[in-house]
Amino acid sequence: MSGVLAAGTNADVIARETLFWILAVISVTAALAMILVRRAVHCALMLAVVMLCLATMYAMQGAPFLAFVQIIVYTGAVLMLFLFVLMLIGISSADSIVETIKGQRTAAGLAAIGFFVILALGIGHAAIGPAARPTAANGPTNLTGLSTLIFTTYVFPFEVTGALLITAALGAMVLAYRERTTPRPTQRELAARRLSSGQLAPDPSPGVYALHDAADRPALLPDGSTSDLSVSPVLSQRAVTEGPGFVPPEETVEITAEGGGREIAPSGRADS
Amino acid sequence: MSPVHYVALAVILFVIGGVGVLVRRNAIVIFMCIELMLNACNLAFVAFASLHGNLDGQVIAFFVMVVAAAEVVVGLAILMSIYRARRSASVDDANLLKY
Repeated sequence: MSGVLAAGTNADVIARETLFWILAVISVTAALAMILVRRAVHCALMLAVVMLCLATMYAMQGAPFLAFVQIIVYTGAVLMLFLFVLMLIGISSADSIVETIKGQRTAAGLAAIGFFVILALGIGHAAIGPAARPTAANGPTNLTGLSTLIFTTYVFPFEVTGALLITAALGAMVLAYRERTTPRPTQRELAARRLSSGQLAPDPSPGVYALHDAADRPALLPDGSTSDLSVSPVLSQRAVTEGPGFVPPEETVEITAEGGGREIAPSGRADS
Repeated sequence: MSPVHYVALAVILFVIGGVGVLVRRNAIVIFMCIELMLNACNLAFVAFASLHGNLDGQVIAFFVMVVAAAEVVVGLAILMSIYRARRSASVDDANLLKY
């Protein structure tokens, strides 16, 4: 049980071992939670926990460069990209729990157990020895050693990687590009459409003349009713409120108690 | 710590990621599970690098990270265009080639 870095004292080894077990438990728990929770955003956060644990483990194993790349590229960039796409696709990203293929979960679990057994047997028979003595490449010259390897032995794969990144960027641009199938409406057409729609003014904003000025509170119209148009349909889909026309009971009580005492301006422009 | 512990942890994480790919229906979550599997592979690479006392495993892990980043970019773009066309990110709804 020798440490990878300059492991000198006994306490150092114990600390390293303790840290490993803590991180292992955290990462396995987070990975299990990732495949169990239903909301995709929670999955992404669990994945971030796993990635940060792995980054710490890289640092423990004498790979400080990879640890930082893991944090910056993976947790920073890739995971944020995931969250960004979740934000775009968003709302209905909670997974359905219906099983479309009968017995698929059981089969998946059995396959996973079988695969795990095969891997465990293979690794158990592999007789992996203790870590090699820490060399200079594992220490402060890790970055120098890595760059030497990348730019000498692995220079061709490195350049192929560059081509791959360019292809990926082009592919993303092509895939994300949407060709306009209808001509762009002119301003005149937009104006005509608005006039013929019967509603000239914009939709009422949420919380207008209600007790709470929150985005999930529907606006009170001059006649005291609420307006469904004022609350974003996204909020009701996320079950933030009980629907667009939701008015908390205390609010209605207050309105009836005050009777006509509440000054309700006929239009928003009266205030200014 | 002996590298075998790290390899064992990598195996566990890889299997969990594989179960996620098989079980989940949301395409983004499936992508995340693939990322988890790639991370597990990276952990094994780094563990073997420290086992042999050289840096080749770390270089391979670095390349895996680059390829994973490229894969995520293209994969999420495909997902976006599928979502745009079919209004769903579930893999069950992308069944036009079925039958």
